[in-house]
Formats: sequence, structure tokens, C-alpha cells
Amino acid sequence: MEVLIILVPLALALGFAGLLGFLWSLKSGQYDDLDGAAWRAIADDEPVNGQGQSK
Amino acid sequence: MQADIDFSHYLKSAGTGLMHLDLAVEGINCAGCMAKIERNLSAIPDVTSARVNLTDSRLALEWKAGALEPALFVSRLAELGYKAYPFERDDAETLEARRAQGLLRRLGVAAFAAMNVMMLSVPVWSGNVSDMLPEQRDFFHWLSALIVLPAAAYSAQPFFSSALSALRARGVNMDVPISIGIILALATSVIETVNHAEHAYFDAAIMLIAFLLAGRYLDQNMRRRTRAFAGNLAALKAETATKFISPTEIRTVPAAAIRPGDVVLLRPGERCAVDGNVIEGRSEIDQSLITGETLPAMATPGSAVFAGTLIRSGTLRVRASAGSGGTLLDEISQLLDRALQARSRYLRLAERASRLYAPVVHATALLTMLGWLAYGASFHDSIVTAIAVLIITCPCALGLAIPAVQTVASGALFGSGVLLNVGDAIERTAEIDRVIFDKTGTLTLPELDVANLAEIPDDVVQLAGRLALSSRHPVAAAVARKAGVASPLPDIQEEPGQGVYGLYEGRPIWLGRPSFCGADDLANEILCHDPEASVVAFRYGESRYAFAVRQRLRPDAAEVVAALTHMGIAVEIVSGDREPAVRLAAEVLGVHEWRAEVSPVDKIDRIEELARQGCKVLMVGDGLNDAPALAAAHASMSPVTATDMSQAVADAVFLGERLAPVLAAVKVSRKALRLMRQNLWLAVVYNVLAVPIAVAGLVTPLIAAAAMSGSSVIVMLNALRARTREMG
Repeated sequence: MEVLIILVPLALALGFAGLLGFLWSLKSGQYDDLDGAAWRAIADDEPVNGQGQSK
Repeated sequence: MQADIDFSHYLKSAGTGLMHLDLAVEGINCAGCMAKIERNLSAIPDVTSARVNLTDSRLALEWKAGALEPALFVSRLAELGYKAYPFERDDAETLEARRAQGLLRRLGVAAFAAMNVMMLSVPVWSGNVSDMLPEQRDFFHWLSALIVLPAAAYSAQPFFSSALSALRARGVNMDVPISIGIILALATSVIETVNHAEHAYFDAAIMLIAFLLAGRYLDQNMRRRTRAFAGNLAALKAETATKFISPTEIRTVPAAAIRPGDVVLLRPGERCAVDGNVIEGRSEIDQSLITGETLPAMATPGSAVFAGTLIRSGTLRVRASAGSGGTLLDEISQLLDRALQARSRYLRLAERASRLYAPVVHATALLTMLGWLAYGASFHDSIVTAIAVLIITCPCALGLAIPAVQTVASGALFGSGVLLNVGDAIERTAEIDRVIFDKTGTLTLPELDVANLAEIPDDVVQLAGRLALSSRHPVAAAVARKAGVASPLPDIQEEPGQGVYGLYEGRPIWLGRPSFCGADDLANEILCHDPEASVVAFRYGESRYAFAVRQRLRPDAAEVVAALTHMGIAVEIVSGDREPAVRLAAEVLGVHEWRAEVSPVDKIDRIEELARQGCKVLMVGDGLNDAPALAAAHASMSPVTATDMSQAVADAVFLGERLAPVLAAVKVSRKALRLMRQNLWLAVVYNVLAVPIAVAGLVTPLIAAAAMSGSSVIVMLNALRARTREMG
């Protein structure tokens, strides 16, 4: 059961990391437009600063 | 047109050297639009960011300050085929958005804590029947406490603060038993953990919080969306005013930028965007949107004009005032205050349920403890069993039963063109047994229409329409609109207050007052059988015609009235307009009860009289004169064309030309109320099944967790049945 000494802190750390990730995504406004975000994922890549539009 | 508007009111500075502008864009409805707009606008040099919000149909732009003129964006969007208007987020919307985000953050914290605690709970549940050492179990309990206590203290705050304010007001709401349940569950768990006991309920408590927060977040998010949509609608109306920036110079500015004391210019055919007093000029004005009266009135220096007034003949200069001055407005405000005070007495279904619920549950817990003591159990065991009763009856399902249905139903209403202003509108709308319609602007459309179009040859209508394009008079504008023409005739003169005239293919041509065109006999004929119509005459050479221009009923008004009557709902018309006009509308619609020339005070009196008789009235109206009645009625709706004050006090606002959303609102609300009741009963059944187990002292944390999530999911699934849309 010594493995718990590693596993328990690891589990807590991972959970905490997940929570921090969620709070960061919330703060950066990723839940403001759920409909748009769904479509952006499958949209074509935007051309880089006007290049690639030449043809 | 749009390019002339002064945008400076809407520009915001976004950090160093950057400007920010928010635009509401009409017609964004797919991912293609989103990509097209973003790509095109980002391609403009000096634009640093262009981002579309598809949910809210908005566009946020940032560019280097001073490098670009904001009107450029609007014209670029117009080239792409989208109409865009600048907008300002109002306070209500900002508040709803902040609340939604706060709830989501708390939900995130509670959900992550629940997941991690579940990971610790599963080994304890399975370990209790296998070979887990008591020390290991205690260790896991302590770990759970370490995660849950801070998480609960943070994420359950909305319940605690709501319960506290209810208790301070010496009342009970659903959050009181919820808070008691959460606190007791956590306290017992801590004490049991300290005493090395077998059971702790950390997992059940945090899961309960997460479920309840999910329900609240969905509810709040729906409300935020509705607000955003309503904000867009206000922006799309693009109310502008022509303001004097010096005694001789004018500029078109957004109506929101007008301050009291500013002088604005009103020209024929324009709708006034501000409240104020006339300081110069004379004109016929159409106040039908405000008073319900369809006959034009005369405005002279000193008269009060209100936002929504249509200018018919002359040009006016108006000094904007801050609400004071107009006796009508003062009177309406007073009535409104009184009516709004009375409204807050309505007791919501959830409150009524919790008033019954809390005493029953707390009495059951007390009896359980006394019963076990009498039976000879130890004091500790009796207390633990009583607390288990409280935990298992903790109204997880009850707390979700109503918000879940409300969220789904407001989504369905949104789809039918109804925007809810307040949370309990659904419950109140479901209970109504009588509908009172205002006539002008509610049963009728706010825009004028030509009634006798079928009796006039098409080529004449076309010609008259092209001539009418040269006039700004609203009655002439109605003829032009109905003719559907776009090319005005050349060389047309206007005779102020009379009409327009000119030459067409070598023959003289006139459009205007019947006397101006020598068509008095035709006009009298029309006025004989339709006294409400405004007549505009047309003469081409020697042939003369008269157009009867009047307000038209909404296309489906008769069907909606019939459908409401069929549902057993009484329909009544109470209007500020004159008797013949109201009588005619009532006859066409088949409404037997109607009242005409009703003042705002009498409208309220009628509603209060009906309330005393036990009727629950849904008031549907749009005018400023309807605002107090809208607030006094059991439930109320306004068309989106209504005056701002009416829209603000109405429970719901409906969109479009049709009246069908009113019917849809009643139907969806009734269905939703049925589902709310069903959900409450489901919660009761769950309690009836679960409480005996708890009273018998057999509740383990596993049973508590399973029972709570099970009942929550059932209630949520039942709520989804409210999603079927009425009338598309």
C-alpha cells in the first residue's frame, strides 16, 4: 500500500490541474460562444496574413 | 444611410492605441457567415482583431486608433450582405452575463471536486465489504474532507446566501432545506470521520451541489441569451435622431447619445426617438403607438411628444426632456409604480412547494430521532439516523424540478418568437383564463396598409406608388410600400400639407389630399363605410382614384382569437381608440367583449375588477398607455414594436408580424406548468420510497449517492419533454 504515497498526491495534483485548466478556459472566454466554437473546429484554416490568397 | 451615423458614442478604447467596437449583425446564422465576415474584415489593414460570436450574432472589432473610420466596417459588411448596427450592452445584460459566468465557475469547482471524491469513495464502498483496513478508510475520508469542504464552501454560496436572505425576510424558499441538508451532511461526515465511523457523506453532498448548480446555470444561460437577443433587437431598430450640434448645423446620432436638453429635428415620415417638448414648428402627429388613438393629433410649440410618435406633415424642433413635462408620462409612471408593488406578491410554485416541504421533512427527521431513542437506540445512532433522513430527503430533485422545466420551456418559447423578461412568467402565463388585447399596434400592425388595393388597377397602383416615393408623408409612404416600386418619377414638386404633383408622359399627375386632387366624392364614399381610413387621392389626367389607408389586423389575429376561445380562454379588447374603430376590429375578429376610449386608469380598473372576480388576466398591449395595465395583469406580453416602457414591464416580448406567439406562449407555458407539477410529484414519489429506508437506518453513502443522482436525472429527463415547439 506504499504506492498510495505516490498515487494519492498524483491524483490530487491531476484533479487540481484539470480544475485550473477549466478556470483558465472560462477566464479566456471560451464558453462565451458555444455555437461558434463548435463550427470553428471544422472550419478551413485561415490564410496566414493575406498570403495564400494570391491564387 | 448608416454611414452618416456618428459612431463615437459606441467606440471604446481597448488598451494602448487600439479602438474597440461591438456590432450587432443581422443574418449571421451559419459557420459560413462567420468565416466570411472574419476573413473579410481581418483583411482590412490596421484591423487587429475581428471575431464573430455566433450565439449572440455579434461582431467584436479592434483596430489601431485613428487609422480607420468605423463606418467603413458597416459598409464593408453591407457589401457582404449583412446589416450591422453598433450597440451598447445594457446593465441588465451585463449582470446576467456575469451571473452566468459565476455559476459556471462554481459548477466547475463542484464538478471537479465531485469527480475526485468519487475516485476516493468507490474504493471505500467496495472496501467496506472486502478487506480495507479501518486506517485506510479513515485516510480516504480525511482526503475527501480536504477536497470537499473548501469546494463546498465556495460553490454552494449561491444557495447559502439565497437561504439567508429568505430567512432574514422571515420566509422559506427552496434554498433553506437545501442549505440545511448540505451543512448537516458535511457536519455529520466530519464528526463521523473524527470518530473513525464507517460512513461519510462527502460525495453525496458535493454531487448534490454540482447537480443543483448545473440546473441553475442552464436557467441563467438561457436568460443571458434572451437578454443578448433583446439587446440586438434594440440595436437593429437603429433608432437615430437628428441633433442640432449648433443652432444651424445638424448631425445624425444614435438615439442613445441624446441627453436631456438636446434639440432634435423631426421631419415628416420620421418616428420620434426621444421624449420631449416641441419648441418650434407645427405638424400632424400620429400617437397611435403611445395612446392607441389612430386619429392624428396636432403638435404645436409647447406640446409634449413621446418616443414612438410618427410625424405626419410638418417639421418640428423638439427639446429632449428627462421624462418630466408630459402629464401623460407622469400619470403613467405613478400608475406603474403602484401596479409593480402589487405584482411582487405573487408566490411562485417552488416557494409554495418548499413551504409544505420543509416542515414535513424536518418533522419526519425529528420523529425518526425520537422513535429510535424510544426504541432504545443510543443517542449517537438516533442522531445519525435522523441526519441521514435529512440528507436523503435533501431536495435535489425538488431544487431541479422547476428550473429544469423553465430552461427547456424558455428555449422552446425562444424558438416560437417569444422572449421572456422574468423567470416566473411561465407559471403565471400558464394560469390565465382571460386575454385582454389592446387594439392599436397589438391586434393591428404598427405600419399602415392600403385596404382597397384590389379595387384599383395594377398599373394605376404602380404609377401612384412611384409618385408617392417623392412624398415623406406616412400615408403616401404606405401606398409606395404596397405598390412595391423603387423608381421615383422625375421632376415632382411638393405642395406642403397638400400632396405632390408633376407631369408624367405629358399629362399632369397628382397625389395627396382628396381636395387637392378633386376627388372629394370618392373620398366621402370610402369614409362612409370605413370612417377609420385615411384617404389619399390620386389623379392622372382626368382619371381619379382614392386609396383607403388604414391599420391592418395582424394576418393571423382571427385564427389566434378563435384558437384561444377554443381553449376556453375568454378574449376581450380594451383599447384607447375611438368606438367605431374598436367595434369594427371586434366584429372582424369575432370578439364579443370590447371597450373603447379607455384611459390608462380605466384599463387598470378593468383588470383589477376582473382579478376580484377571480379571473387571471393575460394583458397583451404595446402603447405607453398600456404599460400600467401590463404591470397590473397576472401575466403580460408586448410586441417587439411596443414603446420601451411597455416592453420593460411586460413579462414577455414577442417578435414578428403574427399574433401566433401569444398562443404559443399560453400553450408552452401550460405544458411547462404541467411538467413542473409532474416533476414535483416525481420528487415526492422518490421521497416516499427513500425515506422509509432512511428512517430504518439503512442508508449507506452508496445508497444516498445513487438515490440523489438517480432522482435528479429522472427529473431532468422529464423536463426535456417541454422542448417540443408549438407552432414552429
